[in-house]
Amino acid sequence: MSNSESISAAGIDPPFGEPAKIPWSAITAPVTRPVNGVLEWFGCLGIFSWKALKAAATPPYEWRELVRQLDEVGSKSFPLVALAGAAIGVVISLEARYSLSRFGAKSMFPATLVYSVVQVMGPIITGLVVSGRVGAGMGAELASMKVTEQIDAIEASAINPYRLLAAPRIVACILMLPLLTLAADACALVTGWFAQAMVESLSFHQFINSGFNGATFNSFLPQTFKTAVYGLIIGLIACFQGMRTRGGAEGVGRAATNSVVLASLFLILADVVLVKLILVVFP
Amino acid sequence: MATAYDLSENHPDIENGARVPFVAVEDLHKTFGIHKVLNGVTLRVSRGETLAVLGRSGTGKSVLLRLIIGLETPDSGTVRIHAQDIAGLTLDQMGAIRKKMGFLFQHAALYDSLTVGENVGFPLAHHRRDLSQAERTRRVNQLLVEVGMEGNQGKMPSDISGGMQKRVGLARALALEPEILLLDEPTAGLDPISSGEIDDLILKLQRERQMASIVVTHDLHSARTIANRLALLDQGKVVVEGAFEDLQQSDIGFVKQFLKQS
Repeated sequence: MSNSESISAAGIDPPFGEPAKIPWSAITAPVTRPVNGVLEWFGCLGIFSWKALKAAATPPYEWRELVRQLDEVGSKSFPLVALAGAAIGVVISLEARYSLSRFGAKSMFPATLVYSVVQVMGPIITGLVVSGRVGAGMGAELASMKVTEQIDAIEASAINPYRLLAAPRIVACILMLPLLTLAADACALVTGWFAQAMVESLSFHQFINSGFNGATFNSFLPQTFKTAVYGLIIGLIACFQGMRTRGGAEGVGRAATNSVVLASLFLILADVVLVKLILVVFP
Repeated sequence: MATAYDLSENHPDIENGARVPFVAVEDLHKTFGIHKVLNGVTLRVSRGETLAVLGRSGTGKSVLLRLIIGLETPDSGTVRIHAQDIAGLTLDQMGAIRKKMGFLFQHAALYDSLTVGENVGFPLAHHRRDLSQAERTRRVNQLLVEVGMEGNQGKMPSDISGGMQKRVGLARALALEPEILLLDEPTAGLDPISSGEIDDLILKLQRERQMASIVVTHDLHSARTIANRLALLDQGKVVVEGAFEDLQQSDIGFVKQFLKQS
């Protein structure tokens, strides 16, 4: 050991003029550690996704658990999604009426409401509401099972936990998101029309005819069914965060929070890609 | 192993020469972060034999069981179940081996959303789909009678005591009629009467089913009651292995201290 090294090891400042030797890894650690953490997270998510989707695609299927999850994700999210859709319908109606009146384009109101609800607001609001309710619920439930060794007990009983726990939840999210989106859209259109009909005469028949005038399946179906991708994101991230939890109650709380935050974030980022993709594929 | 006191000259595998142990662990190493938990553990357990693994907290006893059933992966060394090395097996291949094994977790790890009866019937529902519902129910009831929990089928795990949960966990571990039984602290946290009952239950099951069992425990009294052999772990290694009398005759300081304090 050189003189300067022995001085450094003893925790004494080296003599003036002689630079302290700091390992290169210690200098780069503040940058490399978080980067490694992020890369590791994506790597683990990739492996988890492969195992979960493989389990979902190959028999035997866990039909009973799938039905339970369809109810959990679909039926139990319905009131919340419907309410959110209804509120959005009223808000867009009020905003659109005011803006369109200023430009003398009141006749465009039905089409504006229909297109903004079905193409933009309905899918994203449904995704975010389900991400909040289902993502937190799944993340916390699986995390709780993980910390109490219930997932280990499933594995020790020679049962594939990806097949039993992850696959039905992911498939349920994929199947239910488009249906919930349709429900949110319907509620938004009804309340949007109702808000308009309160201030001026407009029959529901007129509103629908005018709103959907010239629309094709390509105008609405891709936007509605892109929410299956939101479902995949919500299911995968919630199951992944839940099943890799460590620690006790704190770990469960962290898993629930991370599930919601990450699922919502990735959902919005995915929307950017999906919107562009839909515009290219369904011009 | 040069450093360990191998007192297992009367080991049934050695006496019978060709007999293959149900569980064979060779030179197992496991590290978590910077903490080396297991540092070259070698053990063998044959049919009808019960090995108790003793040691201080944090010496890797539970980790050893998790490595044997494949819930953790060793850094090096091998685990053989019925002479098959479990390293590198897929989840489905490992599943086939796990069907021959029963695991009682330290805190029972019952599924909290299922009733006692559903917990016990859970492995049957997934692996014995050939059985009718009535037959599965009959087997669940029979298992609950075996562990002294008859009449509790409809209760939720949160409604029964810790000792009862361990009995239910034991019934679930026995559901697929395993050849190998792994018990992680079966009497931890129980009062002396409940501990004694669990010990009697394990002894009875051993007599009737002739499984190869590994019991991890702190409880020396319980270990003496239920095990044919004892292995004492210290600093990730088996420092002594043999009958209780062999441990008593050991001149290793740690063994003497452990026996004195227990």
